[in-house]
Amino acid sequence: MTDIAMPAALSDEALARESEIAQGRIRAHRRNIIGLRLAVLVIVLGGWEIAARQKWIDPFFYSMPSMIWDQIVEWVRDGTSQGPLWKQVLVTLEETVIGFLIGSVAGVICGILLGRNKLLSEIFSIYIQIANSIPRVVLGSIFVIALGLGMASKVALAVVMVFFVVFGNAFQGVREADKYMIANAQILGASPRQLTTAVVIPSAMSWILASLHVSFGFALVGAVVGEFLGAKEGIGLLIATAQGAFNASGVFAAMIVLAAVALLADFLLTSLEKRLLKWRPAAF
Amino acid sequence: MSGTGKKDEGSAIEFRGVSLRFISADGNATVALRNFSMAVARGEFVAIVGPTGCGKSTTLNMITGLLKPTVGEVRVMGQPVTGIDPRIGFVFQADAVFPWRSVRDNVAAGPMFRGQPKKQAHELADEWIQRVGLNKFGDHYPHQLSGGMRKRVALAQTFINNPEILLMDEPFSALDMQTRTLMQDELLQLWAGTGGSVVFITHDLEEAIALADRVFVLSARPGTLKRVYEIDLPRPRVMSEVRYEPGFIELSKHIWNDLREEVAIH
Repeated sequence: MTDIAMPAALSDEALARESEIAQGRIRAHRRNIIGLRLAVLVIVLGGWEIAARQKWIDPFFYSMPSMIWDQIVEWVRDGTSQGPLWKQVLVTLEETVIGFLIGSVAGVICGILLGRNKLLSEIFSIYIQIANSIPRVVLGSIFVIALGLGMASKVALAVVMVFFVVFGNAFQGVREADKYMIANAQILGASPRQLTTAVVIPSAMSWILASLHVSFGFALVGAVVGEFLGAKEGIGLLIATAQGAFNASGVFAAMIVLAAVALLADFLLTSLEKRLLKWRPAAF
Repeated sequence: MSGTGKKDEGSAIEFRGVSLRFISADGNATVALRNFSMAVARGEFVAIVGPTGCGKSTTLNMITGLLKPTVGEVRVMGQPVTGIDPRIGFVFQADAVFPWRSVRDNVAAGPMFRGQPKKQAHELADEWIQRVGLNKFGDHYPHQLSGGMRKRVALAQTFINNPEILLMDEPFSALDMQTRTLMQDELLQLWAGTGGSVVFITHDLEEAIALADRVFVLSARPGTLKRVYEIDLPRPRVMSEVRYEPGFIELSKHIWNDLREEVAIH
């Protein structure tokens, strides 16, 4: 303390008290948000349940939460008509992951190669845009015809779904690499190869990782739609079977299983992204 | 050409009647530089001032070899420019440090690109980090540093390669006044230890006079050399004091008169 006395309202104790009150308020706010989120969930699910039980909507078509829950429990306990549930999940997951890996690796490589070459990038940029706007899911029919009912056709569809998204982003990321940074590296002594590995790829990395997030979802859609179009096992087939049996609860239950898988994958990708992009400001 | 080779052995950089025709992205041809000649001696600090768009930065790009003169010749250390010379260092106006590398890895980039083993490069980098006063920040990432500190990283990154020719393109223009003054002192100190030549582009007249041995004034586009001023202020100079010396004020009046004519045209 200096000789000029601090006003009492600015003393250490007063400040500590103030921050305690402020922190308490922040905690209370967080609790409120969580509470309100739960309330929304309860109202939506409860409203659905009540509406179905009161026959305001037909549970035969629209099911209801308790029936969906029973369906999941039944699948877990007794297995599905195609075998145990975990096996269906595993098959779909396998197709998704293989498709995702092939599609994203190929997308990154092609994107970087094309992005680094001015002529190629000028020629192909228009086709990339076109390919991106085509509904690629339709190709699933071709793959089922050509590759059969096995895993290959689903993987192929997942690859196609993933490839263009990752490719487009890697391509864009490479082209957005800062020209001063490139010149700086060149003058510091970087060879063309060092330029690619030390400057171009790291600067494209945030674009690429952003696309991986979206594209895992696409891979899952590719695999499920592929199974839907014709398969011997997998969640997509489960949905198709449920649809054929007019089992709305089955469709919803399969949807929830898929959502759980997608959320888990998203969590894993987010932690990977945080590790790889630790150089980036947190507020991004 | 070859007959005059002996005479300019002392020059680090030489422009001989250089003109540059520039083709822009939309296909228009313009003349950026017209019949430009100058020589920078070894160990000399030269500042280039001129109105916006007069081709100041273009001269630097011709020294690095990124641009080729349409007419005339550019020589570095007595040799015609063929590509990026490893003896050249460049400090940019924009932030050109690598945001995904820590300060240490940024500073070590040059030696590592040039084939030094990582351990050795890091030791050397630590030395330079110390020299620019960032000892505690070796493991920080650029986004965690202030603008002035990032500029220090850029200086260390350049000086670690021991450049015999240092090119600087308005390196401090984005900094605030106080930081800029500190960085100018820092630069003079670092430069004093190297004996290299510096070409410093700026639009700040006082900065040019305070730092340089000679100031080159360029005319408006198409740029050509208008006048050369010898700055005979004694060294070592201290930025906060040199600008109040009578000689400094006299020079800055003169040069400003020259420059005003060029700026007024546009």
